[in-house]
Amino acid sequence: MTESSSELTKKLSEAVEKMPAFPKSVQRILELSREINCPPKELVMVIEKDPVMTMKLLRILNSAYYSFPKQITSVNQSVVYLGLNTIKNMALSFAAMGSLPQQNAAGFDVQKYLMHSLTTASFARALCLKYGHDDTDPADCYIAGLLHDFGKVVFAQFMAEEFKEALARSAEQSIPLHVAEQQIIGTDHTVVGGMLVEKWQFPKQLTENIRNHHGAASPSNTVQCCLFAANQISKKLGLGNGGNPVVAALPSALVEYFEGDLDAVIAGLGDISKLASEAQVFAQVSKES
Amino acid sequence: MKLKFWGVRGSIPSPGEKTVRYGGNTTCIEIRTDANELIILDGGTGIFPLAQTLLKELPVKAHIFNTHSHWDHIQGLPFFIPIFIPGNTIRLYAAFDPISGEGAERIMNVQLQYSFFPVREAEMKSRFEYVALMPNEAVEVGAAKITPILLSHPVVNLGYRIDCNGKSVFFTGDHEPHFNIYDAGDDEYAEYQALIEEQRQSILDAIRGVDVIVADCAYTIEEYPAKKGWGHGTFDSSIQLAKDAGAKILYCTHHEPTRSDDDLERVFAEALARQAGISEGLDIRLAKEGAELVL
Repeated sequence: MTESSSELTKKLSEAVEKMPAFPKSVQRILELSREINCPPKELVMVIEKDPVMTMKLLRILNSAYYSFPKQITSVNQSVVYLGLNTIKNMALSFAAMGSLPQQNAAGFDVQKYLMHSLTTASFARALCLKYGHDDTDPADCYIAGLLHDFGKVVFAQFMAEEFKEALARSAEQSIPLHVAEQQIIGTDHTVVGGMLVEKWQFPKQLTENIRNHHGAASPSNTVQCCLFAANQISKKLGLGNGGNPVVAALPSALVEYFEGDLDAVIAGLGDISKLASEAQVFAQVSKES
Repeated sequence: MKLKFWGVRGSIPSPGEKTVRYGGNTTCIEIRTDANELIILDGGTGIFPLAQTLLKELPVKAHIFNTHSHWDHIQGLPFFIPIFIPGNTIRLYAAFDPISGEGAERIMNVQLQYSFFPVREAEMKSRFEYVALMPNEAVEVGAAKITPILLSHPVVNLGYRIDCNGKSVFFTGDHEPHFNIYDAGDDEYAEYQALIEEQRQSILDAIRGVDVIVADCAYTIEEYPAKKGWGHGTFDSSIQLAKDAGAKILYCTHHEPTRSDDDLERVFAEALARQAGISEGLDIRLAKEGAELVL
């Protein structure tokens, strides 16, 4: 990769502005926007299940145009600050850009990616509720899970050839995808995802959590612990696919944190079918679209 | 500091015999600092009669603070005659609109389109400046400090607190108290309620101890349920706000366009009676076109 990091950040962040959202949420937003009395909570549910819409919304809310007393990390917070109608119209403008194509030049399946992101988000929140022993907000775990692999969808859209090669190498050699990305692209999705949210002035902690989600030998906070484990659980159970075939074992610090290995954590989560099926419903492309 | 109401009606101008006592013009408030600097809150149709009085004091230097971009708060601006007179300086302050991606400039260029208005933006001969405001970041006009506060309305709405030599006024623009979008049984209810409470506190912190509040009292509590989410307050919600903020005087404004003067006085009296328990020490008045207050 020959471009400097600031040039790349600029190029990619401009590209993301034009990036369409996921088919199901685009379809739902268009339906909801036709209802004058659209149920507010349903609108929130649609936006917070779409990484592209969530990214774009938080990008504008955290921009220099508003100096909110604190940085905004949730869709509900956005509704309280700017009002439902404004958020509805912003979502409508995102929906107007069309939908992410299921087939892209990188051969990366965006529906499976969405399913992986949603289940990781749900598991991270559930783990925080069960194991978190500080005042970490479970919503911070959700958002970190939803956005942790955002760099991949950016690669698939804008560096398709290189990303396709990285996906193939990761699969052939059974090496983690981020390692293959580093070999071929010169950077990986944790760096690109972190770079974008940093440029858009998302909270520093979220940037760090996205950047470190594969380096959890010494996780530095509850979100990183929960995100790392949730990511492996989603892969191990084959719920969606983020393109990385390697399920990492929990490092010793995390075994200690969760008082058990990955299988024990999965067992401890109890019946996860509800969490998974909710994500499944959302990640599926509907027949109409 | 002096305050004068030029427009107190909400939504649409409502002239006629039934509204003649309180007035039919839409929102416009003139504020004069102790040094006579001119601050105008919103450019509804009430700004037109105000403009007539300014022609005696050319050149005009006016600081117009727009709470939000709905018609009843901007419609008089193309008729604000000083904008066409060379030598005048007009500064329009407003929030950034996340939908259009534009700020104060859009308020003028949307209205000054040839099909809708005979004069183009380029023909405004005054020095016309646009200022983008950010919530909680105060700007100064002479000795006055104006602090924008983000409130709750279908478009971004900034309330303005004006402090000048120890006196203060707060105008809400249009504001509906935040409400929970979840049902009491939903998992997200408590989290959302906490966000609302936090925002309510931050608004109260910003307006605490203000002398005068001018607040959106569009609806009665009987009317409100059918208009929930439309972005307006009630007499009762504004009395509560003024009381919580420790204000001395509350002016109720944004009168419903269909409400006659008699009806307005009747629903106002009912609200006063209902809130008598909490409103002791608070002087509550109906905003009236032409009314003035010296602080």
